[in-house]
Amino acid sequence: MTAIIPKISIKNLHKSFGNKKVLDGVNLDIMAGDSVVIIGGSGSGKSVLLKCILGLVTPDSGSIMIDGQEMIGASLLIRQKMLTKIGMLFQGSALFDSLKVWENVAFTLLLRDKKSKNDAKEQAIRNLEMVGLGVQIADLSPAELSGGMQKRVALARAIASKPDIIFFDEPTTGLDPIMSDVINNLIIKVVQKIGATALSITHDLISARKIANRIVMLYQGKLIWSGKTQEIDQSGNMYVEQFIHGRAEGPIQMPIRILS
Amino acid sequence: MIQRFFQIIGQAFIKALESVGDLVLFCSKAITSCFYPPFYPRLLIRQILEIGFYSLPVVGLTAIFTGMVLALQSYTGFARQGFEAAIPSVVVVSITRELGPVLAGLMVAGRVGAAIAAEIGTMRVTEQIDALVTLSTNPIKYLVVPRIMAGFIALPLLVLVADIIGVLGGYIVSVYKLDFNSISYVTNTLNFLVTIDVISGLVKAAFFGLIITLMGCYYGYYSKGGAQGVGSATTKAVVASSILILTFNYFLTEAFFSI
Ligand SMILES: Nc1ncnc2c1ncn2[C@@H]1O[C@H](COP(=O)(O)OP(=O)(O)O)[C@@H](O)[C@H]1O
Ligand SMILES: [Mg+2]
Repeated sequence: MTAIIPKISIKNLHKSFGNKKVLDGVNLDIMAGDSVVIIGGSGSGKSVLLKCILGLVTPDSGSIMIDGQEMIGASLLIRQKMLTKIGMLFQGSALFDSLKVWENVAFTLLLRDKKSKNDAKEQAIRNLEMVGLGVQIADLSPAELSGGMQKRVALARAIASKPDIIFFDEPTTGLDPIMSDVINNLIIKVVQKIGATALSITHDLISARKIANRIVMLYQGKLIWSGKTQEIDQSGNMYVEQFIHGRAEGPIQMPIRILS
Repeated sequence: MIQRFFQIIGQAFIKALESVGDLVLFCSKAITSCFYPPFYPRLLIRQILEIGFYSLPVVGLTAIFTGMVLALQSYTGFARQGFEAAIPSVVVVSITRELGPVLAGLMVAGRVGAAIAAEIGTMRVTEQIDALVTLSTNPIKYLVVPRIMAGFIALPLLVLVADIIGVLGGYIVSVYKLDFNSISYVTNTLNFLVTIDVISGLVKAAFFGLIITLMGCYYGYYSKGGAQGVGSATTKAVVASSILILTFNYFLTEAFFSI
């Protein structure tokens, strides 16, 4: 029997902050070339899960394997090597405001790959073109761009080093529907173009349906549902039903006081 | 009741020890990182300009007025006993030993310590530090090391300038206001200018440079909770570095001049 090693394999992952349990035994396998989307309410721990995989947050217990290599407790060298294979789009873009737009996109090319300034800039401009941005913004500072443009620059930065795995943390949140669709299309395009495995987080169902081939739902620290994108409308799961129809009534209860 | 009282004291004590431990760990990690590659020389140069060069106006103004007021006040005190001749020596010794390094340190703590804490704190709360990690860059090496090295290098240079300007301030007041003889003031100053005084001041300055930048980086690096968190990190960085400067100043003085 030849077992196929998942690109990312998460087993029984736990994480608490103080006495607040955020992840309570998460299990998830992602195969190479998959595009998985995690849905779930705000504050359900989606970003924490991504940060655990990236090693930005240390989990309390559990296992995270990337390409069959255990990441938890791994040496700095192994983790750094793993990080070179990963690109990440942060929820708030997280562009370096002390650097120009092109220097942001070319960050690893300049610092890690030691490319010459001209080469790096040329490649940065090509990456910016891939996300539909022109040369004229290359020398601006990130603060001079709109939110949607910052997202696209951050996307260009995330794909600049041609990663194997890309994480998108709420790529469309806070954008208008048209810009959201632009970003969705870009994600699909770049993921196909560089042949990456993608793991995205969103609570935007339109976006999830568009970019995912598999959707999982995180609720109270556990993955309570997992299935193909087209199955989500017949999930038969009360929580998923409530979430995708955006109803206040259902098994998911918001702790709010009813005004009388 | 009594139990509760001890519990509160104990918790506060443990918390204080923990944060001291965090601080010591951070500082030792930052300082050891200075000796291992990768190095970022361009960032270092930028920080030396930021910390040293752009602090020149503030430090220069502080030094000149301190030298001037020092001459004026010593005159008031010494003229009564006919000791006016001691003024050049009082000015040069106090400036090079104490006032140059301490006042420059405190001014730079306000200007640079606050700016470092605010910048790194903002990078923390906007996830730019996390982004650095995902772009396979060690934030300690990229952000912290250039700043502390720049502080260590720039502060002695600043203090050297402050010494010269401070003594000049004393000269200006003595010669143009108190009618001292210019030549004898200068000879007197040079007679009392002792190498160890200047060097002790510069060593102090290097320590203060480390303290200021380390505090700025530490409070910025661990700030959380948005704009308010960055604000309180800035305050803490300035307060902590000012207190540490005054404390270390005493012990360094004792170490230098106890013999
Ligand atoms: N560094 C942290 N320290 C303490 N609590 C945290 C930290 N990061 C996240 N949390 C908490 O974990 C929970 C999940 O956060 P997050 O993963 O950001 O939610 P989301 O699913 O909206 O991305 C939140 O309640 C948040 O308060
Ligand atoms: Mg989030």
